[in-house]
Amino acid sequence: MKDKNLYNYILGIADNSLILGQRLGELCGHGPNLETDIALTNISLDLFGQTRSYYQYAAKIAGNDKTEDDVAFLRIEREYRNVLLVEQPNTHFGYVIARQFLFDTFHLLLMEKLQNSGDEHLAAIAKKGIKEVSYHHRFSGDWIKRLGDGTDESHEKIQEAIDGLWRYTDELFHVTEDDALVIEAGIGVNVSQLKEEYYKQVSEILTEATLTVPENKYFAKGGKEGVHTEQMGYILAELQYMQRTYPNMNW
Amino acid sequence: MSEKEVKNLEAIFETRIARDEKIEPKDWMPEKYRQTHIRQISQHAHSEVVGMLPEGNWITRAPSLRRKVALLAKVQDEGGHGLYLYSAAETLGISREEMYEQLHTGKAKYSSIFNYPAITWADIGAIGWLVDGAAIINQVALCNTSFGPYARAMVRICKEESFHQRQGYEILLTLCNGTPEQKAMAQDALNRWWWPSLMMFGPRDAESPHTEQSMKWKLKRKTNDELRQQFIDQTVPQAEILGITIPDPDLKWNDTLKKYDFGEIDWDEFWQVVKGHGPCNKERMNARVSAWENGAWVRDAAMAYAEKQEKKKVAKAS
Repeated sequence: MKDKNLYNYILGIADNSLILGQRLGELCGHGPNLETDIALTNISLDLFGQTRSYYQYAAKIAGNDKTEDDVAFLRIEREYRNVLLVEQPNTHFGYVIARQFLFDTFHLLLMEKLQNSGDEHLAAIAKKGIKEVSYHHRFSGDWIKRLGDGTDESHEKIQEAIDGLWRYTDELFHVTEDDALVIEAGIGVNVSQLKEEYYKQVSEILTEATLTVPENKYFAKGGKEGVHTEQMGYILAELQYMQRTYPNMNW
Repeated sequence: MSEKEVKNLEAIFETRIARDEKIEPKDWMPEKYRQTHIRQISQHAHSEVVGMLPEGNWITRAPSLRRKVALLAKVQDEGGHGLYLYSAAETLGISREEMYEQLHTGKAKYSSIFNYPAITWADIGAIGWLVDGAAIINQVALCNTSFGPYARAMVRICKEESFHQRQGYEILLTLCNGTPEQKAMAQDALNRWWWPSLMMFGPRDAESPHTEQSMKWKLKRKTNDELRQQFIDQTVPQAEILGITIPDPDLKWNDTLKKYDFGEIDWDEFWQVVKGHGPCNKERMNARVSAWENGAWVRDAAMAYAEKQEKKKVAKAS
């Protein structure tokens, strides 16, 4: 492959959308009410739509007649580059919202920068994605406030979820070796520079929601290097089931 | 209101129905008309929402990204149909909570077809082709129904359903043009979904308790047996194009009557599933009830938050 770094860089962004879309897809038909069910499905749809644009581009870079589905379904776990945050389970609605909010805030900052990428494909995908992601961000931010400043029970549950997922936030700002080269080429976004703004925005909303901003000293990492949590194998087992059971067929 | 006045209103109402005028929520209507519509529209809404489950089950396992996105969109459409049908029923003076309550306690029914399991990818194709196909035949007939909100919801729903049906058929067409394994998967799905799809039109006319009144009110425009026949006549040639066989040895073209003769439906199975003993009745109800119960704290939080915001607004204004 002539541009392995760029390929990996794209996966580093796209795999987040794939795995989070997959997690949200699990919830379809099981939401707390019909409106929320539809909204979460909608976010899942947006994320898969973005995933397809990235993978189609990645497949082109990879050459050898690779398709978006090869990229999506036919890698081993160690080759998926999503952050650990997005693979965390739908423990309850509080976790779904906390995971979404902690990701959306990052995602929006990333898209805002990526739309100025020197790579016109990536810039175009980001430009199109910004509208969607700002909607996701508003949706999850609003729910953080509703749950945080709703009832005692909801306050407790959303705080528990924020506390539980907080340790996965730091990884969002790690720069891998591949990333560094793509950033240097004026294509990639240096996510380490988004960190301060991210925690500022997140803290503002959490505070408005009457929630406590966690003060962790220890953070989890590994997703970007393909070292995932134990959750990931089960996600891939479902995701890849058809492609692995019936290889080389058209669907 | 005196008996005479009621009689008078009834007469006006019957004339309007006869003239094919739409009845709107604020119009006077006989109590039985109202109840029948609540029953049917809520049952229809429940079917959409329960119907999300067998297909939703395949979202995480869809075989390609394109199929995954299409399936998600389809299941989302069904949620949307549920929403506008619940809204149409609400215009008749019942709340969504009451309707859920009726669903969860088994007082309200939903289409029995969703008590069958979706166990292979081909089932997603078969559900689109046959189940949505049968639903469209039922629903096209309802686009002219006398109750305005229901008729208007139906027009919109039918458009989306026919898209779903084509999508389902296309899934099967791809399988039938694929490997022998894929074609066998399609045949197996047809074998399992054919008869339950025919049952979707309900009992035979002679055994359908609501048909006569519903025809009179133009809530129904054709009988169960007429609609079932229409479905069979339309579907058999589509199966031929796919190159798979409908699992009915008695199915054959009747050249005199210009329609297909078909074999006997297993009515014992039909009633067994209607009465709650189908393959997935319990699973479907558990899924709905758990979603509702697990979501209670979320709905409570949203209410509490809205009240707090409202109070803040009032405090600011004063």
